[in-house]
Amino acid sequence: MGKLFAAAVTVIALVSAGVFFLHTWWLPPEFSVLGTRIDDQIVETMIFTGTLFVAAQLALAAFVLQSSGRTGEIKLFPGGPMPMVALATVIVGLEVLSLVFVGTRVWAKIFLAPAEANAVHIDVQAGQFAFYFRYPGPDGKFGVPHPEKIDEGNSNFFGLDPKNDTAARDDIVSASLVVPVNQPIQLTMHSKDVGHSLFIPEMRLQQDFVPGLIIPVHFTATGLTKTEIVCTQLCGLGHYNMRAYLQVLSKEDYAKWLTDQAGQ
Amino acid sequence: METVSASLTEHPPAAAHHLVEPEGFIRKYVFSLDHKVIGKQYLGLGLVAVLTGMVLSWIMRYHLAFPDKPVPLIGLIAPTFAAGGVITPEFYLQLMTMHGTIMVFFVLTTAPFAGFGNFILPLQMGAEDMAFPRFNMMSFWVTLVAFLVLVTAFFVPDGPPLSGWTAYAPLSAVGKSAGPGQGTGQTLWVISIAIFCIGQLLGSLNFIATTLDLRTKGMTLARLPYSTWGWFITSIIGLIAFSVLLPACVLLLLDRVAGTSFFIPAGLVVSDALQPHSGGSPLLWQHLFWFFGHPEVYIAIVPGFGIVSTILPTVCRKPHLGPRVLIACQLAIAGLSYMVWGHHMFLSGMSPMSATLFSVPTLIITIPAAIITLLWLGTIYGSKLRLTTAGLFCLGFVSVFVTGGLSGFFLSQPSIDTYLHGTYFVVSHFHFVMGVAAIFGIFAGTYFWFPKMFGRMMNETLGKWHFALTFLGVYATFMPMHWLGLEGNVRRYSSFPADYMHGSLVLHRFITFAALSLGAAQLIFLVNLLWSRLRGPVAPDNPWEATSLEWSTTSPPPFDNFGGVHPVVSHGPNEYAVAGPRGDYIMQADPPVAAPAVA
Amino acid sequence: MQKSIAPSSATRTGVWGGIGAIIMSFAAYTSAMVVRQGSSPDWLHFTLPPILYWNSLILVVSSGVLELARTRVGGPFDRLGYANALSVEHLRERLFWLRVTIALGFVFLAGQYLAWRGLSAHGVFVATSPSSSFFYLLTAVHALHLIGGLGALVYALRCLHTDDGPRAVQVLGAVALYWHFMAVLWAYLLVVLAMWV
Repeated sequence: MGKLFAAAVTVIALVSAGVFFLHTWWLPPEFSVLGTRIDDQIVETMIFTGTLFVAAQLALAAFVLQSSGRTGEIKLFPGGPMPMVALATVIVGLEVLSLVFVGTRVWAKIFLAPAEANAVHIDVQAGQFAFYFRYPGPDGKFGVPHPEKIDEGNSNFFGLDPKNDTAARDDIVSASLVVPVNQPIQLTMHSKDVGHSLFIPEMRLQQDFVPGLIIPVHFTATGLTKTEIVCTQLCGLGHYNMRAYLQVLSKEDYAKWLTDQAGQ
Repeated sequence: METVSASLTEHPPAAAHHLVEPEGFIRKYVFSLDHKVIGKQYLGLGLVAVLTGMVLSWIMRYHLAFPDKPVPLIGLIAPTFAAGGVITPEFYLQLMTMHGTIMVFFVLTTAPFAGFGNFILPLQMGAEDMAFPRFNMMSFWVTLVAFLVLVTAFFVPDGPPLSGWTAYAPLSAVGKSAGPGQGTGQTLWVISIAIFCIGQLLGSLNFIATTLDLRTKGMTLARLPYSTWGWFITSIIGLIAFSVLLPACVLLLLDRVAGTSFFIPAGLVVSDALQPHSGGSPLLWQHLFWFFGHPEVYIAIVPGFGIVSTILPTVCRKPHLGPRVLIACQLAIAGLSYMVWGHHMFLSGMSPMSATLFSVPTLIITIPAAIITLLWLGTIYGSKLRLTTAGLFCLGFVSVFVTGGLSGFFLSQPSIDTYLHGTYFVVSHFHFVMGVAAIFGIFAGTYFWFPKMFGRMMNETLGKWHFALTFLGVYATFMPMHWLGLEGNVRRYSSFPADYMHGSLVLHRFITFAALSLGAAQLIFLVNLLWSRLRGPVAPDNPWEATSLEWSTTSPPPFDNFGGVHPVVSHGPNEYAVAGPRGDYIMQADPPVAAPAVA
Repeated sequence: MQKSIAPSSATRTGVWGGIGAIIMSFAAYTSAMVVRQGSSPDWLHFTLPPILYWNSLILVVSSGVLELARTRVGGPFDRLGYANALSVEHLRERLFWLRVTIALGFVFLAGQYLAWRGLSAHGVFVATSPSSSFFYLLTAVHALHLIGGLGALVYALRCLHTDDGPRAVQVLGAVALYWHFMAVLWAYLLVVLAMWV
């Protein structure tokens, strides 16, 4: 039985590690400025944990194989518990330090640094079960949203009041997030009803919508792509189907799109 | 009528309180004050709960693999919610919510702690029962009432809640306009969990008082068996954690029924209706919930640590490596567990600075966990391993705990969590540590203590088959979920309409196949339990040649645990590979030995 | 067959554990209050009904009275409760003071109810403002725990009636610990409510 167990553990460890290593199922390609750094961190973590994973499972298998059904004297582990303490503290501790160091820099860039001054500002609203994106329009100013004026039947998703609010008259509302490439984008996120979350895998971007808060987040797309935005915070029965498209266009195409939208 | 008691010499100084052995079925097996019966009642509840939770997961897994096909038989069981076996998106989420709630609360918090702990801890202390037998009985019945209240949610018109076991506000707070099941179902959920908290608190008080005050002569804290340390530490974690969950549930209930706004901000438009609340904070719920929720997962696993550390020396015939380091690490984990809750909230909108504050202790907590794992490995090294089923589940525990723990490394870094949060990577992580490792701890405890509890041996052949199929099955079921997560496959989805997730279907089908096979393999365990209970060979007092006090008495123990004799302890629990009259071990209650030699 | 459970210090340990749990839960309520106040400018301050202060006095007095009951037993610091010769008069006195404590406890509860009545007469209800929500919540939860304490006092009374030995005295000591904690907890809540609400 010991042999079987050792064999099973070995096979499981090597096959699993292999699948990770071969990237059989892996991250989709990323198209954002910070995406490479996040991916690098994932890879560094994977190398570290993968090594520990294989080493620990093989050690388990080896020790079980060696001691299973053994007769004769027991062998105490050389050095007692102290090598274990030292090993864990040093190896894990060093790696933890390294990951924290590297990771904090990336994290700070995503969430602690403000968007650049030339960022395109887009307002995002999440509600059961759709995302809507609002652009300020030619006047460059956002109208004020009023929750009590929301009227989905008449496509007034944000509850704008164009009659009394001049800034709201030219606001562009879109069901897709259309952005220019290589340009910082700032999103201000708010929720209409319950908690939602915005996840754009290829931008390596994710942020919860918290009702009652307006949350800013920013990113820069580095490639032309059309990819999906999905909701990742359980929001009700339509949660699985709550999604929108992110379209990254060239700067010219984006300008054209904006003009077309403004004209409507 | 006031009377003065007779001479004090009739009462021993440590004033005695007597429990008379009950007669009659009800007093013996139903409303029993005996910790051994209460422990079995908790284990029974855990068994019913795990089977329920498992069936719910089968329905979910079948639907995920074959979203367009109706699920067989479900149309008959749940004609209102799943007419014709078609799983609607809301029903999927309702199943998922109940699966999580039942498994986390009624399986992982009851069986390893209140189940085994109630039966074994007083025995390992050399005590005749828990400190407060009436509170003990109450704690079980309160827990059972909580379970029944929760299950009632299946039978109300709109069904159970769909907000997940985490019940985030405002989805869980605004009432039925937020979705099916969010009316009565959610209210029943909140009440059930609040009642559960009370049951847990009563249980924790008992464990703490018993461990501190009811140890027999010679049983110092340093000589406590490692399983008792596990239960003792768990009871302290639970005392603090459940004391915070209960207020959270009270606040949520008030928001739902009393019109308060603890968690609901202004300006919410749900189902076209402006909500009459304002000023509350959804993040407040998350903070309160996870302040409980993170220690909760340690409540689920620490008894397993204790059980593995107790069983391994008996099957290795070798003392546990570094027992003092082991206990110190468990205490460190317990302490650190209160500093990490924000790692569930990195993307929640809380201050990004606090993300780093939470990430650091989360990463640091891996160090004592790693040390404990290495201590187990060091115990197995050079031992004389006898692979009983209980031993195999301990070895399996080490393997799956390593796997589950390591995936935590990714999630504990906020910048990586930006991608992996809300994906199947998270699902894989917590299932490995809770849904597999903690369950392996329960299996190990069952195979180990069944002889003591029922006076009969379980069948080893069936046990080994159970282990083999389960071990392979859990890896087949949960390992591929890492890969789904890396691909960006989102969790809590009833099906995958997003274009980029279509490719995952093949993995989902594999996982479903593995999960259903894994479920089927548990039949072997059930058959073994039943058959052994009725027809198993009679068990000796100490079939595993173990050292702790429960093995010093008969299998099963008599009503007062030790036949009127209070054991006197002269040894620690780790006297293995020591020459003595018994062979290669010395039991805790054995007479003192001059100088034990290594066998 | 019978088995003996020796509560001795276990009852006190249990009460300390319970006190720890209750402290933790009120810490949770307090932090919820702090967060809630900071999350929105809709906190309406109001003056506490004056009866609350009289009530506090009653609770403190009841603690003092309970100590009278408890210390009629071989010395006030006799934590293990070993009784020396117990006379009928001492027992009668203990039972009397214990009954007074229980009565004062009921007076406190009545006073809390009057405080609630006073507030609602002024239109301040549970959902009126987050401040009133917390007022009602904290006083209600304290009162619930106090009712538990009253039950424990009644239990101690019964113990003294039927068995006036060391065990009854230990039970009384443990119950007294809990009751004093109720007063300490109330003092904390009063300060918090007076300052924040």
